[in-house]
Amino acid sequence: METPIILEARHITKYFHDPVKVQVLNDINFSIRKGEFVSITGKSGCGKSTLLYILSTMDTDYEGEVIIDGQSMKNKKEAELALVRNQYIGFVFQFHYLLNEFSVLRNVMLPGLKLGKLSEKAIEERAYAKLKMLDIGNEALKKPNQLSGGQKQRVAIARALINDPLIIMGDEPTGNLDKKNSEVVFEIFQELSQHYQQSLLIVTHDNEFAKRTNRIIEMQDGRIINM
Amino acid sequence: MNLKLLAGISESLLLARWKQTLVAAVGVTFSITMFVALLSFMSGLNEMLDGLILNRTPHIRLYNEVQALAKQPVQLSKDHKQDYNFIRSIKPRNELLQIRNSGAILNTLNKDDRVLGISPKVTAQVFYNVGQVSLNGLINGIDVVAENKLFRFNEYVTDGNYIDLKNVPNSIILGKGVADKILCSLGDVIQVTSPKGELIPLKIVGYFQSGIADVDKVQSYTSIATAQKILGEGNAYITDLQIRLKDIKKAPAMAKEYAALFDVEAMDVQTANSQFETGSNIRTLISYAVGITLLIVAGFGIYNILNMMIYEKMDSIAILKATGFSGADVRRIFITIALSIGIFGGVLGLIFGFGLSALIDQVPFHTASLPTITTYPVSYDPKIYIIGGVFSIITTYFAGYFPSRKASGIDPVIIIRGK
Repeated sequence: METPIILEARHITKYFHDPVKVQVLNDINFSIRKGEFVSITGKSGCGKSTLLYILSTMDTDYEGEVIIDGQSMKNKKEAELALVRNQYIGFVFQFHYLLNEFSVLRNVMLPGLKLGKLSEKAIEERAYAKLKMLDIGNEALKKPNQLSGGQKQRVAIARALINDPLIIMGDEPTGNLDKKNSEVVFEIFQELSQHYQQSLLIVTHDNEFAKRTNRIIEMQDGRIINM
Repeated sequence: MNLKLLAGISESLLLARWKQTLVAAVGVTFSITMFVALLSFMSGLNEMLDGLILNRTPHIRLYNEVQALAKQPVQLSKDHKQDYNFIRSIKPRNELLQIRNSGAILNTLNKDDRVLGISPKVTAQVFYNVGQVSLNGLINGIDVVAENKLFRFNEYVTDGNYIDLKNVPNSIILGKGVADKILCSLGDVIQVTSPKGELIPLKIVGYFQSGIADVDKVQSYTSIATAQKILGEGNAYITDLQIRLKDIKKAPAMAKEYAALFDVEAMDVQTANSQFETGSNIRTLISYAVGITLLIVAGFGIYNILNMMIYEKMDSIAILKATGFSGADVRRIFITIALSIGIFGGVLGLIFGFGLSALIDQVPFHTASLPTITTYPVSYDPKIYIIGGVFSIITTYFAGYFPSRKASGIDPVIIIRGK
């Protein structure tokens, strides 16, 4: 049975204007169904990260159309796009980007508090559950700068999961980790995909990583050459 | 919920850089402290100087003046109505300085709601006799109780008790300057020569010092009855009616009204002392300018610190935006930070400002011209505190507004990809 399409890219084209006009993405079309674990690979500079930021609604300077959960992201206001990111998208970056002013638990809770659908207490419980699921429940009350690199990345994944997003997007989530921690992160992604039917879209240049995902989108010079 | 969350984030950012925050808050505190202290001091000084004249000056003074008639008889004549009448060398009429029908005027004034109080006065030109020498003098016969109530007479009586003027018959309170020339002491009896040439003995019950040396060299006070006796007039003889109003601003209009109604001269305080108002207005203006400059400088301090904070927290702002906080949310966070600094620093500043004013209030300050003043004058007008508080909030708001706009405009993609 086919699961519903949650993310669709239609004719996405993008130019960089500075210092000269360069086309970085050329007519990108693809879609992702619920529960799919997709990786985007390609050489450095092929536009894969640029594509991810367009799909994530953070970059709005493009031609074409992004459709998330049946809604076009075109003509949405900044605050509306922020809400889309908050509700439907979980992010994992190459660097963890945790806020050192807050405890690990609070970092995980922040997007949930922003969404404000649950009470603070309920969000706290959920955040705890996510941290435990990722095996770092004991670190919940520490500050992020007291954790190791691998642990920080797991906290970032927990933060991405707090609002039960439609899709998790990752920009080189293992790029800054050693072999062992990369493996741990990959296993978490795989587990999320298999047991929780979590859709994932991960940009990586690590071919080993990509090969083990459900589907690889390969890019070269701003085009998809294989999918 | 959202606001509480944003406030929580602001608080964490503030506390993470608490030293910088403290420096910014101290800047606001310092400027508000100085603002309050400066204005309190300046207003106190203004009130004192105004008080020096205005408290002792009636809001409206009714009197008669020796002057030429405005309408000469020829102009009233029907025969010459059509003519051009040229009259040369007009002389003033021999008119009494007395206010006619003063009893009826007093009754009317007492019924007027706008009037706070009336103090009648009789002035008499005299000579103080000191051995062979006669000194020019002016004796004011006053209603002691009314004068004290309306014009704080007791504050200027430096020796003796003002009420003795009422209780001791034929008594006088001498100006300090007169007393120094006569070389007399309390309880002595001096002789004054009345305008009609009579010698009248008066007992000295006190000295007064007005703060204006020229006045003290000439003037003295006695009761109305004694003054009427010196002039040889009956007890209806009143030369001045000094009126104090509930609202000083109405004085010019009411002076015109009374002049027409009672057919007397009426002088309002604004016309009589316009230079004082100008002086205090300019002093106030200068102190406000200095105070507001201080606040703006503190505002720039906050602006700088917030700008630095935004550069430092670029990553945090980017990730907040990536995880669903809008530009408006980020802006609110930084405005909250700025306003917290402003309110915290402002409240402390108001407290310290009050403390500093209270301290200035204790500093001894003696001057010969101001016998009642022993410490520097300070005003505790709540208006100063309200203006200080409001300005601290306004300047910090603007100091936060521009950096917060910058923060809300940060593009998360550039920050996140820039690594």
